[in-house]
Amino acid sequence: MESWVVSNVVVALIVVGVAGLAWFGLRDRMWSQALGELWCRRRYSVLVIAFYVAVALLDSISWVGGMEAQSDTVARYKAQSILDRLFADTRERSYSAPFADREFYGGAALQRPGSHVLGTDIIGRDVFYLSLKGARVALLIGGLTSLIAIPLALLFGVSAGYFGGRTDDLVFFVMSTLASMPGLLLLIALIMVMGKSTLAVCLALAVTSWVGFCRVSRGETLKLRELEYVCAARALGVSELRIIFRHVLPNLMHLVIITGVLMFSGLVLSEVVLSWLGIGVDGSWGQMIDQARNELSREPIIWWNISAAGSALFGVILAVNFVGDAVRDILDPQTLRQGE
Amino acid sequence: MLEVAGLTTSFPGESGEAARIPVVDGSDLEIAGGEVLALVGESGCGKSMTALSIMRLVPKPGRIVSGSVRLEGRDLLEFSVSAMRQVRGGEISMIFQEPMTSLNPVTRVGDQVVEAIRLHEPVSRSAALERCLELFVQVGIPDPQARLRAFPHELSGGLKQRVMIAMALSTRPSILIADEPTTALDVTIQAQIIRLLRDLQRELGMSILLITHDLAIVNEMADRVAVMYAGRIVESGSRLDVLARPRHPYTQGLLRSMPALAPPDERLPEIPGVVPPPGQWPDGCRFATRCSIQVEECRRCVPEMVAVADGHLAGCHLVETGQEPGGEA
Amino acid sequence: MLAYVIRRLAYGVVVVFGVLLFLFLLFFMMTNPDDVARKALGERVPPEVIEQWKVNHGYDKPLFPSSSNLTDNMLFEHYRRMLTFDFGRSDADDTLIMTRIREGMGPSLALTVPLFILSLGVAIPFALLVAFFRETYIDRTGVVLSVLAMSVSILLYIIGAQYLIGKLLRWFPISGFDFDPQLVVRFLALPLLVGVMSGIGGNVRFYRTVFLEESNRDYVRTARAKGCGEARLMSHHVFRNSLIPLLTQVVLAIPFLFTGSLLLESFFGIPGLGAITVDAINGNDFSTLRTMVYIGSLLFIIGQILTDLSYGLVDPRVRLE
Ligand SMILES: Nc1ncnc2c1ncn2[C@@H]1O[C@H](COP(=O)(O)OP(=O)(O)O)[C@@H](O)[C@H]1O
Ligand SMILES: [Mg+2]
Repeated sequence: MESWVVSNVVVALIVVGVAGLAWFGLRDRMWSQALGELWCRRRYSVLVIAFYVAVALLDSISWVGGMEAQSDTVARYKAQSILDRLFADTRERSYSAPFADREFYGGAALQRPGSHVLGTDIIGRDVFYLSLKGARVALLIGGLTSLIAIPLALLFGVSAGYFGGRTDDLVFFVMSTLASMPGLLLLIALIMVMGKSTLAVCLALAVTSWVGFCRVSRGETLKLRELEYVCAARALGVSELRIIFRHVLPNLMHLVIITGVLMFSGLVLSEVVLSWLGIGVDGSWGQMIDQARNELSREPIIWWNISAAGSALFGVILAVNFVGDAVRDILDPQTLRQGE
Repeated sequence: MLEVAGLTTSFPGESGEAARIPVVDGSDLEIAGGEVLALVGESGCGKSMTALSIMRLVPKPGRIVSGSVRLEGRDLLEFSVSAMRQVRGGEISMIFQEPMTSLNPVTRVGDQVVEAIRLHEPVSRSAALERCLELFVQVGIPDPQARLRAFPHELSGGLKQRVMIAMALSTRPSILIADEPTTALDVTIQAQIIRLLRDLQRELGMSILLITHDLAIVNEMADRVAVMYAGRIVESGSRLDVLARPRHPYTQGLLRSMPALAPPDERLPEIPGVVPPPGQWPDGCRFATRCSIQVEECRRCVPEMVAVADGHLAGCHLVETGQEPGGEA
Repeated sequence: MLAYVIRRLAYGVVVVFGVLLFLFLLFFMMTNPDDVARKALGERVPPEVIEQWKVNHGYDKPLFPSSSNLTDNMLFEHYRRMLTFDFGRSDADDTLIMTRIREGMGPSLALTVPLFILSLGVAIPFALLVAFFRETYIDRTGVVLSVLAMSVSILLYIIGAQYLIGKLLRWFPISGFDFDPQLVVRFLALPLLVGVMSGIGGNVRFYRTVFLEESNRDYVRTARAKGCGEARLMSHHVFRNSLIPLLTQVVLAIPFLFTGSLLLESFFGIPGLGAITVDAINGNDFSTLRTMVYIGSLLFIIGQILTDLSYGLVDPRVRLE
């Protein structure tokens, strides 16, 4: 199957999944109250995140065709996202494309902001366009990695905490082994061995970041296991799996949410360092920063590249950090405090 | 000696600063020198907050909003922060409900008492240690010399509470506030601690504000009793007056639900319902939602405290008009 | 106590074996030595040269021991070499890895030790201050500033500092290193500044949480009730109790002083272990990379044992059994 079809299906699944979760969440009093409080406390951060998500979605839905009027012949046969299409009309423009009506430079390199809202980069691409495209990559890094790391951590953490004994010993051993390797080096080694690709980066990030949450979920499961109603359920002969799904996992959900949000900024910031080492994800802000780094030494200085990528990165990290703080305060004032 | 008048302490409500909710609402208390005043009431009715307000130790974001706390005529609420520090642990000491967590876990208990002494008196460490040893003997800590160097986790709950008492008495305060000093202890230890407090009070002649919800302790120790309900004092008077001739329906209910004071072989009657939390208090008499003998007026206006006998006050509309059951009319 | 130390050490050894197994999996089973050789020697070399290279670097043996051959295989060699610190030669340029580590340790420590002390020295007083003024505007501003500081990528800190302070203001050299103590201060100024800045947000926030958690405890109320002032409360009661959770972080950080900092060393031209590691990454030098991971883990495991033992010293409640 074409990769753009897969991508569209994945995006659709994620949108449906998130919508479904939101619907269930709003029906449950505890979750809807938490959401309401989050909105009260961190309105602007939530809006900023929503903007990034919207941009990423625009850049995720893509199809082939409909570009026949373009001078760029390659574009006709490649899948183009909505965002690509918004920026595609290069014949006439005096500003970055959705605002454009005339074209002056024809893709000239390193133009100052002006004709292009945020200037152009070393090969004449519109920096505004590239900065927007980075949103999808960042969310992909954060999202995909969390989707790998959190279920992994839950699987191991819950089974270790719930079953104890040998399972616990083994999981604990694997956790201490992984945790004792320097995170960044392990990350780099994994990517070098697996080869450079988006999936490899996300997998490597997941391997290096699941341990923290695994430890937390193991500890919480140990506590939940001893609760009276769980003991009662066991005494009544309810099956172990049923207890885990009915009584343990639902009580870990708030930790999952908090961890997901708190993990995000760390992951995206790690990718920046990976980009600098040349093993990042294509099209990320990290790569933009890394490329723009060299242009700082020119005279006169080329500052717009790096400021655009840096601000886009800073904006989303800041918003997520603020939201993460609030989410932790609202959902769980105690457990994760020390786990920073 | 200590006069509390119209004390009101509040916390910000759900909607923030604008709607502060009082947890103590216009309480009046009076303790004479050498007297034990028991403050009784169900959990959550604001006893601890009253005590902390007297010490000006209300946890943030709570705040004392009005009233006065006069110690020998001087209003503590107008003291500077540093003058107040001298009062705390100097003239007024306090011991708490949770001996398990009330001592600093990483400091030896002897040093903690020494710190209390040296915060108020310019004595050398060794002199303070010596005083500490005497205090440990006085509060009945076995093997006091060795216990000076113990850490809190090495002591039992009862011993920890004795250390707390030693620390509180180290500067010979004129008033000791004891906030449920025995609630967290085993029953046998409870009796020992109460006996210790009573003996020390007689020996040192200090006043005690004893907070408790155990009427047996009140009966054993108190000279006078104040009954608190939902942030207000509803009845006060001498121990005999309040325990034997209670006038407020809440006090009567409390007494009836005490096993030691109720007739044997009977199911203990209890007051129906629970104390409404701060912010959900009714407009008129606070107790109206749970009272069995209320009249229409109770729901409308707040009853005044009226003298029903010499030094015996009760805040109930039915007392005012002399209709309440159990009254002497 | 002794029994505890022995048990703890034994578990440490088990984890070291686990790390080595993981490294074997990653660097010997999942990587093809022919690829490594070609990357080191170039694409167009004759097969004999590649074979010879593999022999020289120990990639020519069978992976696993068999009944007839217990010692002459890569698994055994891997464990033997790592456990005896006989790291062999770099895959990229044939220098002895141990020599390079010895050379790099000095510059790394010259950067990381002052950085560690400065970071603590700035973050802890700042966090105490913020916690002291809890629930006021000072506190709120402090928290917001911390979040702002930790939302900036370290790469941007480095680039910004090099450009602003190094290039525009010309206060300090942009990069370089020297063993002369007078020069080294000037060379280290920028990396130290960047290191402190990039860590301060997260550190202040973490320490503040710890301090606040402690200052809500009952014994703090007791101390207030006996007339203790707020400043003394912070320094004598809250801080001493906070040492226990802080210790984990601080003692654990010490071993990593030896491995240096990848970004700072590489950007500021400090020839330490971090820079060596970055060279190894860029040059596909797997043997150096896995040695660095191993040394890092070893130091971490030692640090963890030290942390556990130091709990017993700081916290009277902990009995090491
Ligand atoms: N930190 C706080 N924030 C908000 N409300 C509080 C706080 N502490 C106590 N309260 C409220 O004050 C009321 C009185 O509490 P307290 O004085 O401890 O009761 P008591 O000691 O009589 O059991 C309680 O109902 C409680 O809800
Ligand atoms: Mg109380």
